[in-house]
Amino acid sequence: MKHGLNSWSIFRTLECAALILLTTFSSFGETLAQDNQPTDDEVNAIAKQLYCPVCENVPLDVCGTRACAQWRDNIREKLADGWNADQIKQYFSDQYGVRVLAQPPTQGVNSLFWALPPFAIVVSWFFMLRLIDNLTRKRPSGSHSVINLGDTDDYKTRLERDLEQWR
Amino acid sequence: MLADFGFTAICLALLCSTYAAVLSLAVARSPQHRWLASARNAAIAVWPLLTLACFCLTYMIINEHFELEYVSRVSSRAMPWYLKATALWGGQAGSLLFWSWLMSTYAALVMLRDWRHERDMQPYVIAATMATLAFFVGLNVLVENPFTKLWIDQFGQIRAGFLAPPGAQLFTPIDGQGLNPLLRHPGMIIHPPMLYLGFVGFVIPYSFAIAALAVGRNDSVWIRVSRRWTLVSWLFLSLGLLLGGRWAYDVLGWGGYWGWDPVEIAAFMPWLTSTAFLHSVMIQEKRGMFKRWNMILIILTYALVIFGTFLTRSGVLSSVHAFAQSAIGPLFFIFIGITFTISLILLFRGWERLQSENILNSWLSREGLFLLNNLLFMGILLSCFWGVIYPIISELTTGQKVTVGPPYYERTTGPQFAALLLLMGVAPIAAWRVTTARRLGRIIWKPTAFSLLSPLYGLANGVTNTVALLSIWLASLVFCVTLYEFYRGASVRRKSTGENLFKALWDLIARNRRRYGGYVIHLGVIFMAVGIIGIEMFQTETQGTIASGEQLKLGDYIMIYNDTVEFPTEDNRIITRATVSVYKDGEFVAELHPRRDFYVDSQQPMTIPGLYSTLESDFYVLLINWKPISKQGATFKIYLNPLVSWLWFGGFVFILGTLIAAWPDNNNPRSGQPKALPANRSARVA
Repeated sequence: MKHGLNSWSIFRTLECAALILLTTFSSFGETLAQDNQPTDDEVNAIAKQLYCPVCENVPLDVCGTRACAQWRDNIREKLADGWNADQIKQYFSDQYGVRVLAQPPTQGVNSLFWALPPFAIVVSWFFMLRLIDNLTRKRPSGSHSVINLGDTDDYKTRLERDLEQWR
Repeated sequence: MLADFGFTAICLALLCSTYAAVLSLAVARSPQHRWLASARNAAIAVWPLLTLACFCLTYMIINEHFELEYVSRVSSRAMPWYLKATALWGGQAGSLLFWSWLMSTYAALVMLRDWRHERDMQPYVIAATMATLAFFVGLNVLVENPFTKLWIDQFGQIRAGFLAPPGAQLFTPIDGQGLNPLLRHPGMIIHPPMLYLGFVGFVIPYSFAIAALAVGRNDSVWIRVSRRWTLVSWLFLSLGLLLGGRWAYDVLGWGGYWGWDPVEIAAFMPWLTSTAFLHSVMIQEKRGMFKRWNMILIILTYALVIFGTFLTRSGVLSSVHAFAQSAIGPLFFIFIGITFTISLILLFRGWERLQSENILNSWLSREGLFLLNNLLFMGILLSCFWGVIYPIISELTTGQKVTVGPPYYERTTGPQFAALLLLMGVAPIAAWRVTTARRLGRIIWKPTAFSLLSPLYGLANGVTNTVALLSIWLASLVFCVTLYEFYRGASVRRKSTGENLFKALWDLIARNRRRYGGYVIHLGVIFMAVGIIGIEMFQTETQGTIASGEQLKLGDYIMIYNDTVEFPTEDNRIITRATVSVYKDGEFVAELHPRRDFYVDSQQPMTIPGLYSTLESDFYVLLINWKPISKQGATFKIYLNPLVSWLWFGGFVFILGTLIAAWPDNNNPRSGQPKALPANRSARVA
């Protein structure tokens, strides 16, 4: 009986200890979770890279709509769960379409978006230089400058001529 | 009654503008014809008619005639009178009328000028201006009538229409919906008129260009005659963009001034082409080059003005600046197509005639560098245009909606803007026709040496960002070169005339306002660039929820939340205003009042920042309006915007420079034009 009581008391002691430990660890876990809560700045750093689906062309970090407030909470939750910025952006893109991203993705059809501007700029420059004025082609002998510019290199002379001509 | 009066005036304006356009074209081959005088008089008559229509509508808005659909939509009893007056351009129909009125003002002034020397061009100028005006007035008559009334039929249904539907009676709502809260800001009183003045003004140089093409001229008369119109339009457009930026900074609550929004870009694109044009025309006047290019630039500017108006008003793009969806989109599209096609036909007809009179001798000459400047402007334009239209193309072709936000524009235009800055530093010291690298180097080394001090100062103060250091150096280089140019010119004159340096500088500017006004504009651009570099590269922000007595820290600043009060206003707002104390390096510097204005009539909140501004930085605090606000806790977002004040200061310098360049010369009424000198004339020292 005595032995039995001792076993019971040991069991109760262990049970209490386990409870205390459990309580301690669970509150410690809660504290840890609270400490891991992302700050507003961390949420905004990602939110500003996303766009509101309701009010077009308004970044998520400055949009006051209810939908955007929920999205920011969503970002906070994902950050707390350990997601990184790219994963969160991908999640929103998958959920709501690529329009939520600040710029079109570089893959698929949208790769054209990124490829075309440099090409178009070079073509337009070529067009300007070659076709518009034929700038380097010699003119007929009768052609002349609108204003005689002279060949002098003297700054004073050039300045006075400019002042005289452009009054 | 007043509405009928106003609508009749618009209809008569449409009649007059159409009559003027058709008649002037009909008599274009014999411009001395008395019918031309009739066309001119009809063109002038449009102005008083549209003035009358604007007056009627403004009167009805101020006097709360809510039986007009437009008035009930953009005005309310609680609005102060000055906001009611600005409601004239607060909605689609009214702003179109205002657009037309401004256009008719420009047109009337052009008609009243002395045409003796350009008589052959007059009919085509009348035709181009009046055709444009007729299109806009036509929109008001046929699609967006600001005098449409509200009617209630026997079933209690409210309908809109100018004429009464059968059995319906005039309906007057008790109150109007009021102006969009975003537009109830002092900046909105002046921002749209400035932007519109810029937009519509470019119709004048375009009309002169079209006239020159139509009559077969290949000289620079059209440029000389329209130069001041171009400068004035450019000034207003620049002012409009600047004021828009300030409005965004004060009202939109994102801590910035420019969000690369499609409508912002729509206003920016004609500015790009017109800036390129203002540089490029100098080459035509000086050397008879770029004639075709100048024609293309002004045609593009005009097309982009109409395209920008189309983007803003058609509802094709969503933006905080855009008007609601409207049926005018297709009409705009047709008009752009027709005018662009006619312009191109005229241009290609005169293509051979517009050949350059000279060749480009050196890429380092001033004309060579101006050409590079134009290439860069076109590159930036293409980048912007592609970013604006791509979402439309994507949706039309693949059904996929995409957003093109700031990262794209910053990545594509940033390097081009940097290259433009470099050209701004080099081009002013390059000579016309021929400049060697050696000659350029000899002049530029001193300002370059001075300019290196600023990135070194940045490095010493912990700036390690290479792009930032490079940008700072470029801005300093242009600043030093421009000042050096002023100094060089004034020194030469001082030696020649014996004047003191300041008198010499004054005389120098007075004698060539165009050139030195341009340099002042460059200085303005540099100050603005400093502000842009500051906010784009060094902006920091933080957000936090704090209770009364608690603090938020950002950089050297500490902000303590003191109190919040909530109170209603006479104009039907409920204001929640926080009081915060701002400390810098431990010292109290300001008490700020960020607030949330809730507009009861439209059920919309607005966030108005508290701002502590110095030349060094702006401390910009917002009261976040989507979170609870009380003494127990309020959420604040703070931005520290370094150097942003220089952006606004640069704007003032920019405007000053444009005024100097455009200012008429009392002694010489036809100033601003280059005078050809005899080839062998020796330089005279005044």
